[in-house]
Amino acid sequence: MRALAALALCACAAAAAAPPRPEPPLPGTHFLGSDLKALQADDFANPGLLWVARGEALWSEGAKPCAACHGEAARSMRGAAARYPRFDAGLGRVVNLEGRIDACRTGRQGLPAFAPESPERLALAAFVARQSRGMPLAVSVDGPARPVFERGRDLYRTRIGQLNLACTHCHDERWGKTLLAEPISQGHPTAWPAYRVEWQTLGSLQRRLRACFFGVRAAMPDYGDGDLLALELYLAWRGEGLALESPGVRR
Amino acid sequence: MNADERGWAVAGLCVVALGCAPLPARDEQGPLAGAGDAARGRAVFVAREGGHCVLCHAAPGVAVAGDVGPALGGIGSRLTPAQIRFRVVDITRVNPDAVMPAFHRTEGLSRVAAQHAGRPVLSAQQVEDVVAYLATLR
Ligand code: HEC
Ligand code: HEC
Ligand code: HEC
Repeated sequence: MRALAALALCACAAAAAAPPRPEPPLPGTHFLGSDLKALQADDFANPGLLWVARGEALWSEGAKPCAACHGEAARSMRGAAARYPRFDAGLGRVVNLEGRIDACRTGRQGLPAFAPESPERLALAAFVARQSRGMPLAVSVDGPARPVFERGRDLYRTRIGQLNLACTHCHDERWGKTLLAEPISQGHPTAWPAYRVEWQTLGSLQRRLRACFFGVRAAMPDYGDGDLLALELYLAWRGEGLALESPGVRR
Repeated sequence: MNADERGWAVAGLCVVALGCAPLPARDEQGPLAGAGDAARGRAVFVAREGGHCVLCHAAPGVAVAGDVGPALGGIGSRLTPAQIRFRVVDITRVNPDAVMPAFHRTEGLSRVAAQHAGRPVLSAQQVEDVVAYLATLR
């Protein structure tokens, strides 16, 4: 009995002061028009698959390719993307999937890091994420990941920008409503990297988050900034159980 | 009866029985600039570079609008211009959790992008214009 009570307490503490998660949890795809939904679902038409194919080629390219250490991605990378961002003991910090790939590229391959949003970095991330397609998001926010999680949680509900709105206002309190003509989703990270029609290219989750900062006229954090990473971890926790669907297609 | 309720009762008595000036309401604000122009206010309401209120509010005669906030048809009968102004300037003074920007406020904001820093979303005159427009929605 006492143990149960302690457990309940502990579960409360884990979410301490996080806004309640949207119920029922729905992926962003749910809020798309039927045309984009169909495009995302069609492996021959989804433009994101071009990046996946490029990533597959890169996987085996070069003097010391990814494949040399990781073998067949379908096996070695299955489920990996669903666990990111995570605390990486070897690196001693929390990294997202792109950051983990960067670490292999510089640390294991001895090659210069790819620039953020470069086609190669997106292609490898999309290829690795694809190996977790349909698998539920399952990140850990305990131990050394805790402060990063808390930073993301706190930022998520802080009013920011000239428009003075917080993420929670749109994605927890007003999902399902429309901004002019655009439906607001629950803001889950499951589709990313995703092909965005407005960009005419694939982009990372960080690029999408920067667009939300821009939308409320807030200073956009740089790529790789701790705030973006913290938000990514918070979003992954918040979307726990939702299936990965990268490469998604978005407006 | 707690102190608050007593306060209201006294104020009510004062207004009804004695006809003395009502206490200043807490959700009203006087003009910030010269008289507003409703036609210009409508432009502020729909324009992206203006208030872009249509992102969240429907209004009569506006073709495409969002529904994050309530439709504003009839707002001019529900609220006085002073009450509308109070809300447009900074609606968090009415409801701290309101999902609406503060349109004429520069203090206490966080992480404002450099190109917008120190400036309110709408100028004093734009606030007056949009208030004049909303007052016509009866
Ligand atoms: C004014 C409302 C608004 C605010 C505030 C806002 N967003 Fe968004 N966000 C949107 C809209 C609109 C979209 C595009 C449609 C969609 O997918 O929801 C979007 C998209 C997203 C997506 C992509 C969802 C998907 O399935 O592709 C994520 C993730 C996200 N936002 C996170 C955030 C975070 C984190 C913040 C706070 C830094 C934030 N948003 C603030 C309106 C907002
Ligand atoms: C020289 C060997 C080597 C090469 C080459 C290499 N990696 Fe790694 N990679 C590792 C090791 C070892 C780990 C386990 C983490 C650690 O200890 O650094 C790892 C971990 C990973 C992970 C995390 C997997 C998980 O389950 O958390 C990903 C993703 C990854 N590598 C992708 C890549 C990609 C993409 C490339 C090619 C650009 C690549 N790696 C090249 C050795 C390598
Ligand atoms: C991001 C969405 C959003 C935008 C943009 C927005 N509003 Fe609002 N507005 C709301 C919401 C939500 C409410 C309800 C507030 C509450 O919950 O307390 C509201 C309430 C109001 C009210 C009070 C309505 C009532 O019946 O009490 C007025 C007046 C108003 N808005 C005017 C404006 C004007 C004028 C603009 C443009 C300058 C504007 N709004 C832009 C979301 C928005």
